[in-house]
Amino acid sequence: MDPMAAIRDTFFLECEEQLAELENGLMAMEADEANSETVNAVFRAVHSIKGGGGAFALEELVRFAHVFETTLDGVRAGRLTVDAPAIRTMLMAADILADLVRAARDGTQSDGARIATTVAELTRLSGAAVASSVGVVEEDDMSDLFQPITVNLDLAQDKAEPGSNWTITFAPRPEMYANANEAALILRELASFGELAVELHADGLPDLAALDPEGAYFRWTLRLQSDCDEAKLRDVFEWVESDCDLDISRPAPVALDDAPAALATPADDVLDLAALLASLAPTASKNPAPAEAVPLTVESVPAQTSGPSSKPAEVNATIRVDLVRVDRLIDLVGELVINEAMLNQRVLEAGVARASGMNSALDSLSQLTREIQDSVMAIRAQPVRSVFQRMPRLVREVAAMTGKSVRLVTEGEGTEVDKTVVERLSDPLTHMIRNAIDHGLETPAIRRETGKPEEGVVRLSALHRSGRIVIEVADDGAGLDRARIKAKAAEKGLIAADAVLSDEETDNLIFMPGFSTAATISDISGRGVGLDVVRRSVQSLGGRISIASRPGKGSTFTLSLPLTLAVLDGMVVTVAGHTLVVPLGPILETLKPGRNQLHALGQDGRVIALRGGYIPVVDVGVSLGYRDRADPERGVALLVEGEGGERIVLQVDEIQGQRQIVIKSLEANYAAVRGIAAATVMGDGRVALILDVDAVIAASKGDGFGTLQDAARAEPSLLEMR
Amino acid sequence: MSKTILTVDDSRTMRDMLRMSLEDAGFRVVQAEDGVHGLEVLEGETPDLIITDINMPRMDGFGFIEAVRRDSAWRATPILVLTTEADASKKARARSAGATGWIVKPFDPVKLVDAVRRVAA
Repeated sequence: MDPMAAIRDTFFLECEEQLAELENGLMAMEADEANSETVNAVFRAVHSIKGGGGAFALEELVRFAHVFETTLDGVRAGRLTVDAPAIRTMLMAADILADLVRAARDGTQSDGARIATTVAELTRLSGAAVASSVGVVEEDDMSDLFQPITVNLDLAQDKAEPGSNWTITFAPRPEMYANANEAALILRELASFGELAVELHADGLPDLAALDPEGAYFRWTLRLQSDCDEAKLRDVFEWVESDCDLDISRPAPVALDDAPAALATPADDVLDLAALLASLAPTASKNPAPAEAVPLTVESVPAQTSGPSSKPAEVNATIRVDLVRVDRLIDLVGELVINEAMLNQRVLEAGVARASGMNSALDSLSQLTREIQDSVMAIRAQPVRSVFQRMPRLVREVAAMTGKSVRLVTEGEGTEVDKTVVERLSDPLTHMIRNAIDHGLETPAIRRETGKPEEGVVRLSALHRSGRIVIEVADDGAGLDRARIKAKAAEKGLIAADAVLSDEETDNLIFMPGFSTAATISDISGRGVGLDVVRRSVQSLGGRISIASRPGKGSTFTLSLPLTLAVLDGMVVTVAGHTLVVPLGPILETLKPGRNQLHALGQDGRVIALRGGYIPVVDVGVSLGYRDRADPERGVALLVEGEGGERIVLQVDEIQGQRQIVIKSLEANYAAVRGIAAATVMGDGRVALILDVDAVIAASKGDGFGTLQDAARAEPSLLEMR
Repeated sequence: MSKTILTVDDSRTMRDMLRMSLEDAGFRVVQAEDGVHGLEVLEGETPDLIITDINMPRMDGFGFIEAVRRDSAWRATPILVLTTEADASKKARARSAGATGWIVKPFDPVKLVDAVRRVAA
């Protein structure tokens, strides 16, 4: 990969970290919890982004960052008072900076108007002094340190004149050497411009007894024949100009006829000065009195020993690891768990006595394996903080858009979840929070009327509960209007007009596709790209989402997710002699249908009467091609709900139990099989296929009760491969 | 034997870019993330040149340069500072702390190497 491209990627990753630092710092300042280190960190964050942005020529970003940085410099120098409006402006600037970074990264456009407004605000804050430098990309400006010694009338003629003879006198002072500059290297650089004749004046050198090893006694007269211009020569001395006596000149070209009077002076001056320097040189070394006082003693600069009161957690050492390596490790551990289960099975079959040494050794092994698995899963575990961190900005924006006053409270940001899950949490959370603010919370006016504080609260929390992670988004708004929801659902034909539903069932109607009770479709929610999409993405993560509401008090969305995607909770069932696993997520309940509950439909179809409705029954054995017909009265039924909310009843022969299984990809090891999501290896070493519930549902809708023949053919081959 | 350069910068992007430019020119590069880390690295390495940023957490560029110059082992080691700030007072402060010279960010890899060659054979 092109190294610059890799560094560019790193830059954008780093920007995200810096943006998070920036936002946290500003929020701490808002809450009055900041100290000088916080302010410095905020400044550095913008400074870093600007620096890196410059390296990749991201001009728009750099321009804005520069204005922002200037404002922050004012803050850190104490020139700017930090009041609430100022912080609001800075928070908005932080949001814009984030937008610019992402626009630069993704190659999209940014909102010019908004940027201009904020720039104006920032400029106003930091005073008119800043205004002049807006839009200027800085250059190295040495003009104030430049102390010309000769008058040079050749400015207009400074372009390359072949074979100009430059005369340079160079007398370093001790300070130059103290800063580790080397005269020889400077001379060498000059020599690269053309032909250089070096004349050393060592007359200033005292004898050994009087010699100060750190003194400067030499000076040089250099004659350079080169066609470069004076600026280039001066550049070589850029760093040492104020620590030495320097003179650069060249004899005035004879061809200049129009200014004969002026011609005489420069040459005279040069000669005079040269003589002057020669006479000064011996004393110069003993009395270094440069124009700028450059003390050799160390200034007592307050060392930046930071005592960050708010970030103790960052002190732990961390390393960056290639994700591929971690994934491989997780795979291997998965295999280890399977093998360990197999070992247990074999020992059991071999009939070894329960209390024997072998059994206790195996128990230890089991325990170790569990611990290794937990530790390895923990490597990829990340706190949800990274997702929660984006929410304050979202809340600010939605609140502004809807004209509501909102405060976001977060809890449990340190709760950890597998990296793969964390990344996919962002969208559902965003939707839920938008929903809570747009639909849940009332306007400040209404809240005042009902005696609630004008500021609504949205509480976002995460916690671990029974092996899953539970995330809640709660608002203290008006709660769900059940009557309206039921009416709307009936109107859209989602439920029967006279259906009787519990409060909870009514509440969960909002997850149905195409459902929206918003009178006007506001910009952010209510366009049908709403909660059904949220539910689908949650389910694709193996999770569940539900809502609970109390009229007048508020609503709470509850999201429950598995801790990791590599492992699945499943129900192990037997179908036509085969062992299958049905993921627990879609299973609503298991039942043993009574004879009078089953009804025939058409020739082969069957439905079951359940809760006032009829639900199609699909025999898994038939669907997968294991058998031609099912015996409806044997077996157990699983009521499942697909991602789109459709429900069917799956018929299986037997339920063996619930287990946590390690998912093995079918595509990676064999090929994709319709109706099968993945596979796992059971304790007896046999492969068990994991059912793809949605595929079965889809197939059942197709041509009557279609079948998925491939599965039946797949399994025997799989066993051979194993 | 190639020369060793110590680069000190809290931005990973900058560190990567410096490393790339300098290694391409044949230098050996060792890195640190801020002033404190830089001093730690100096306990084990003997760089021929140090390039440092100014704005860093824990110990900034000025503090780092002064600390380095205090140590007799490093008094004569050239130190270049990286700066985006054209502010002359910052440059003067760097120089008074003991910096040998400066490079302006964003840097041109060619100019960077030229600057390095100007102070380190």
